[in-house]
Amino acid sequence: MQPTFSSSRILLPVRPWFIILSLFVALLMNFLPTSHWPGIPDWAALVLCFWSIRESRRVGMGWAFVLGLAMDVADGAVLGQHCFAYILLAYAAAAQSRRILWFPIGQQALQILPLLIGCQVIQLTMRLMTGADFPGWGFLIGPFIAAFLWIPATFLLLLPQYQPVERDENRPL
Amino acid sequence: MAGIDHAPPPFFKRGPAPLALLTFYVAISLALFVVDLRFRSLDLFRQTLSLFVDPVQRVAQTPGSLVDYAAAYLHGLQEMQADNTRLKQAQLTTAPNLQRLEHLESENERLRKLLDMRDRQKAKGQVAQIMYTARDPFVRRIVIDKGQQAGIIAGQPAIDEGGIVGQVTRVFPFSAEITLITDKDQSVPVQLVRSGQRSVVFGLGNGQLELRYIPANADVKEGDLLVTSGLDGLYLPGFPVAKVVSIERENSYSFARIRCEPIAAVENFGEVMILAPRAEQLPRPPESDGRRSNTGAPSREAAK
Repeated sequence: MQPTFSSSRILLPVRPWFIILSLFVALLMNFLPTSHWPGIPDWAALVLCFWSIRESRRVGMGWAFVLGLAMDVADGAVLGQHCFAYILLAYAAAAQSRRILWFPIGQQALQILPLLIGCQVIQLTMRLMTGADFPGWGFLIGPFIAAFLWIPATFLLLLPQYQPVERDENRPL
Repeated sequence: MAGIDHAPPPFFKRGPAPLALLTFYVAISLALFVVDLRFRSLDLFRQTLSLFVDPVQRVAQTPGSLVDYAAAYLHGLQEMQADNTRLKQAQLTTAPNLQRLEHLESENERLRKLLDMRDRQKAKGQVAQIMYTARDPFVRRIVIDKGQQAGIIAGQPAIDEGGIVGQVTRVFPFSAEITLITDKDQSVPVQLVRSGQRSVVFGLGNGQLELRYIPANADVKEGDLLVTSGLDGLYLPGFPVAKVVSIERENSYSFARIRCEPIAAVENFGEVMILAPRAEQLPRPPESDGRRSNTGAPSREAAK
């Protein structure tokens, strides 16, 4: 697979343990005390979105469900709140994956933004419908920062798949 | 038609269609959402999941607590000494009251016996460390480091050195969740110290509290102290809860808008004391049929 469909650089196949590790690390980053600061993105949503686009056959709604449950329990939120949002995010990302990967990486970030905003808005709507207080607009800043971070996240998460630039004469690939 | 029961070659297998999967998972998550919100019957499920999530959360908290520890270590000897002197002085100022308290309590007990009244329950409890505030931005809750293993049950009140902080609302094996009194619509039955009037104070969700259903002409002044009335059977009577900071009386409303500030350092980190549940209460008066339906108050159910 290539970094984008228009790129000529060919990547190594992804290692399943790396996917699991990255999702776990994202969950861990969500649990850090920094998550109370305004504008801290939802790391789990970002990484989930990334793998749903790149490897939609390996990471999909099943992982979204598990991650969502973990987030709900850790947050003390209503069970199903993160689940629902993450599942829809994974589905939308997988459905768009063929299209998004044609864009250069900066424009990919723009394509991701509505998905991540949707994820937050779903959670906001679910809680407002059940009578919670509006937590302030800071709640919706996270996705914008996450979309900015799409570029470094893509680089980091694809790092184990890059192969050396200098070619070996005996091995054309 | 012989070929119809041939299975497709394995490399075309992609599992169920995405839309079918989506419907399946969405149905499950919405069912979870509704059941958790409406019936609150998923506590066991939540506790089981927390067994897996809790260690990860504790690991995630370590860097923060290490920084705190280092900061406290570097805090300096001088400030420690200043702290120590201040605390010694504070102890000295409260000492006369404390020394007489025991005497007064025994006297009070004797007098209550003479009057044939029930004994006052003494406040007991256990100290718990606040681990972190819950991540959910919609609520005001904190998580403490004691849970079912330490015998914590839902409904126990939590206090700090100032007064009531909140109430245990969810218990996990190794941690428990305290809903702060400033959480939206969290209610505490209170009594005005000056006038003795009883009411209920509600959290507003913005760090303040509101005393509702007080008639506009009631005897309430700014600076009045509210203490727990103990009528609910959960809070012991007499703990400070809040202080009245502003009163708006408008002729168009029959009730006054009374804002209060909590006395305890409700939204600060530190330690809290979880008070032991109250002893056996007098039997409750029988309820009429009309009131037995869902009144939206989970605390009494959760306390069982």
